[in-house]
Parts: sequence; C-alpha cells; structure tokens
Amino acid sequence: MINSSLKQLASMLQAKKISSVELTQSFLTRITQYNPSINAYIALDEAKTLAQAKAADVRIAAGNATALTGIPLAQKDIFCAQGWKTTCGSKMLANFIAPYDAHVITQFDQAGAVNLGKTNMDEFAMGSSNETSYFGGVKNPWSFDHVPGGSSGGSAAAVAARLCAAATGTDTGGSIRQPASLCGLTGLKPSYGVVSRYGMIAFASSLDQAGPMAKSAEDCALMMNVMAGFDERDSTSLQRDKEDYSRELNKPQTDQPLLGLKIGLPKEFFAEGLDESVAQVITAAIDVYKKLGAQIIDISLPNTGLSIPVYYVLAPAEASSNLSRYDGVRYGHRAAEYADLNDMYNKSRAEGFGAEVKRRILIGTYVLSAGYYDAYYLKAQQIRRLIAHDFIEAFKQCDVIMGPAAPSTAFKAGEKVDDPVAMYLQDIYTISTNLAGLPGMSLPAGFAQTKDAPALPVGLQIIGNYFDEARMLNVAHQYQQVTDWHQQMPDLKRA
Amino acid sequence: MALSIEDIKKIAHLARIEVSESEATATLSKLTGILGLIEQMQAVDTTGIVPMSHAQELHQRLRDDVVTKSNQREAFQKNAPVLGNGSTQPAVAGGLYLVPKVIE
Repeated sequence: MINSSLKQLASMLQAKKISSVELTQSFLTRITQYNPSINAYIALDEAKTLAQAKAADVRIAAGNATALTGIPLAQKDIFCAQGWKTTCGSKMLANFIAPYDAHVITQFDQAGAVNLGKTNMDEFAMGSSNETSYFGGVKNPWSFDHVPGGSSGGSAAAVAARLCAAATGTDTGGSIRQPASLCGLTGLKPSYGVVSRYGMIAFASSLDQAGPMAKSAEDCALMMNVMAGFDERDSTSLQRDKEDYSRELNKPQTDQPLLGLKIGLPKEFFAEGLDESVAQVITAAIDVYKKLGAQIIDISLPNTGLSIPVYYVLAPAEASSNLSRYDGVRYGHRAAEYADLNDMYNKSRAEGFGAEVKRRILIGTYVLSAGYYDAYYLKAQQIRRLIAHDFIEAFKQCDVIMGPAAPSTAFKAGEKVDDPVAMYLQDIYTISTNLAGLPGMSLPAGFAQTKDAPALPVGLQIIGNYFDEARMLNVAHQYQQVTDWHQQMPDLKRA
Repeated sequence: MALSIEDIKKIAHLARIEVSESEATATLSKLTGILGLIEQMQAVDTTGIVPMSHAQELHQRLRDDVVTKSNQREAFQKNAPVLGNGSTQPAVAGGLYLVPKVIE
C-alpha cells in the first residue's frame, strides 16, 4: 500500500477498502518508526492530521471526494499553514506559528488532502544538501551516509522512504529537481507563474516556484491539478485557464507512443563535470526514448556555464531584499540582550540566520551597493536574457530537452558543506531553467554504482517549453510505462 | 576586485548583521571564492542587451478599490518575539510592538 500510486489510493478510499484514517495512521506509524533516523519531518501534529483524515472520510462517505481526498501528503516547511509551526528551516522562525494558509495549502485543504506534517529543508531554501537546516540534516533513504539533496531534502526523503504518498517542494535553482534526482523520485518545477507564491516564504521572488515531488509523473499530474491556477494574491500569478495536467498522459496508445517527438540533447549538459556513471544511466534512458519512437537532436545551450555566476548575483540580490523583513520586531528571533535599535537588528539577524544565509545576504547586499550595480546586477540581468534566448532557439529545433538533473549521485554528508562554490555547482543543469522561467522535471532513470557506496539513484531531467507541463508529464509517463525505476524503494533497515 | 576585511564589515553593517573579527575573516575567504565565480560574467559582451528582470513579461494588475482584508492584529501579535534585556514578556503593549527608544 505504501508504494501505491495516488490513483490506486484514491480508488481504494472511494471503494471503502480502507479509510483515510487508517491510511493516514499507517503513514504516521512509519513516520514514528523511521523519522527519528531520517529527520525528513520537522513538525508533526497527529491531532490536526487525524482530524483532516476524519473529515475526508465523511466527505468520501457523502460522495463528494476529489482525486486527492483522504490522501496523506507532506508539505515543505516553506509553506505557511495556519496553526502549524512554519520555520523555513531557520532559527529565525523557530517559534513562528503561521497565522494564515499559503495558497497551495488552501488548495490541498479544499481538495480534502491530509497534511501529515512539515518537511525539513535547507534554511530559507538556500542549499543543495539540506545541511544548512537549523533542525539538522536529512538522511538520504538510499544510504544514510549521503545527503538527500536540497533545498527540498525533507520532502524528497519523505517520498523516497514512503513516509507520505506525495509531497510539495519549491525550486529556485533546482531545489525540486536535484533532490528528486538524488532520492529517485519524480519532481516537477512548473513554468514560472503557474503556482501561486502566496504564503510561500520568499527567497528569490523572480525565480521561486512550487511544484510536486512524487513517485511518478502520473502522481505529479494529479498534484499539479490541485496546486496550479490563478491567484490574485500573487502579483506574478498568471491568468490562464485551469488545465487538466493528466490529459495527455496516455496519448497516443501505440507501440511507439512518442513517435515524432524531438528530444534535444544539449552538448553542454554532457561536458566536463558530469560523472561518468551518471552519463551512462542518462544515455541508457535516451536509448529507451529512441525505442519509444523519439528522434534525438544535438543542440547547444552555449551560455549554460554562465547560469551559475548569474544566479549567484540575482538570487542573493533578491534574497538580501526579501530577508530584510527579519528584523526581530514583529516576529522571528530577537536577541536576548541589545543596547539600541540597530544593535537589536544586528544581533537578532546574526543569531537568527545560519552561515549560508548570511553569506547570500552579504553577497546580495554587495552586488546591489552603490558603484557595483551595473557591473554585477545589471550585467547578470543582461546575461539572463542570453540564457533565456538560448532556450528559445533550442525549442525551434526540438520539443523537449533532456539531460542529467545533477552532475553526480548523492554525495556524502559533510563533503561539500565548507565549500560553497563546489556546492553551487550541483545546480549547473537546473539553474538555467529557473532563470528562463521554463518548466523542468526530474524522473528516476536508474542507479549508478559509485565507489564505497551502495548504488544510488540518477535523475533524468526533462525541460519543456513554456506551459508545456502536460506534454512533459506525457513524455515522462510513457517512459514509466516501460521502466520500473520509479517503483523501486530503498531498504530502510539497511540504509 | 579583491575584497578586504573592511569591505566585509561595511557590507555586514549595511545588511544589519553583526560579525565578529574571526567571522569577518572566515567570511572574507568564502565571499572571495563566490565573487571569483561571479567574475566570469565580465568576459561576456552584453552591449545593447536589454536586461531581463523577470521570467514573464507582466504588468501590475489593478484591482477594485475595496476592502479585502480584516484586522487580525491579535492573531499576528501572537508571533511577537520576546522583549529581551531581562524581560521574558512578548514585545507588545496595547496592540503595538515594543522596540528600543529611537527618538531622544
């Protein structure tokens, strides 16, 4: 049951083979058993969770169930959920109880989904290993010595360890796709503006986007049906018609369902820096796509290498502005002892933020300071356009772009934590998508054997054109019809 | 351009983050590494390229000038920090937030 798809769970619930309370309880039991070692959840509230499950059972009995009614989900701790501790992985918000719901939370509540708890994450979503969390790192369920990736590391570990049916994540530079890759799950970052950012704690507002992290593309589509849609409370939410993201999953039903699909392989995604073991898995996955009828086209995204420098100007600049709200006045951490107002700000922020968050605030402050604006911020915005233009050109030749989601499998905890630049390079294949605002996803494509470690998951990245999520999900789903990587589960007793 | 310890202290002041002498030294080496990465941008000729500030070309939406939110002061003030400087009380009084005196 823990490995069932969302569709299977929904049909069991609606056929009354199991109640939502029973299903929820079975996940809560697993959480009690495994979370102390994995640390995927940082806030649990059994009473609240079971009350939602009971309400879902009433709704199912009344015949008003939706596709997700009664299904237990995990929510990244970046989403405000009324009455829940909402910390964003930071000491700054360690005691913050959200007074309202994020749009995404409201949408799941209205669909009748059950919130199992809030998942661990890198502090303010700044990190690629979950090691910057104030609440401690998260173990990769495939090997407890390894990181789950980040920043949505808790959500990734919760889905991989089957401690929830599916989860939410957010992705500013790869924070859904890289952990999905490292933990062997399917994660989708939608086009910018598709999911409302209302109530989602801001990191870099022009890049932040929420999306689903689940076992399969089919599950991601069902999650998207709930998460996506216009919300007037987010000024960048796009006014588009409501979509059914499942609509293209099974079309067309033939031996070569992807006949005619043009897949672009950017040479920059297979250049120096990519682990050989990962490259082999990706090549094998591309071979599967050829059998499904796809045509492979060599393309180039020449400015890929610049995406990291550009990102580490723009994201910290936006972060330094967004995080200026944490001043110890109205909420969040305030220093115990201070002399005057400035001293209160200085000490509260020095104590409340961790090292990586401070680094990014300082970088952002520097690049925006007088005399440097043109050389850094403006320059980065200009190169951002070049990067976006690369994709526009590429999509004239192909329908989707494929490559690795991350340059390596999961690395060991502690391995990169003291070397920010090495950590930043984890996102080399994901960041450009955020800069362009395009949708991207990662799906499990196999395992790579690395030295002195068990075989670890590898993620295949699919990048689509703007608003092409339904087609990307079709492309991923068809692969998942002929492979079973997405159904593999880690052995938690051995990890 | 190479950063100095004095630069770090100045930036930290602008960002309102207290840094000790030893933290400033450690931060200097990390930030120098990151700026080295960022420096790669300078090799690109961007003459005439329109800066891209956002992923979507958006216009600010206008809404009707009507009240959409109710007063939730009490709910919001439940999250007030502890006053500090010897007091364990929340930093609120009479519906206001308490901060050190700012006007002499």
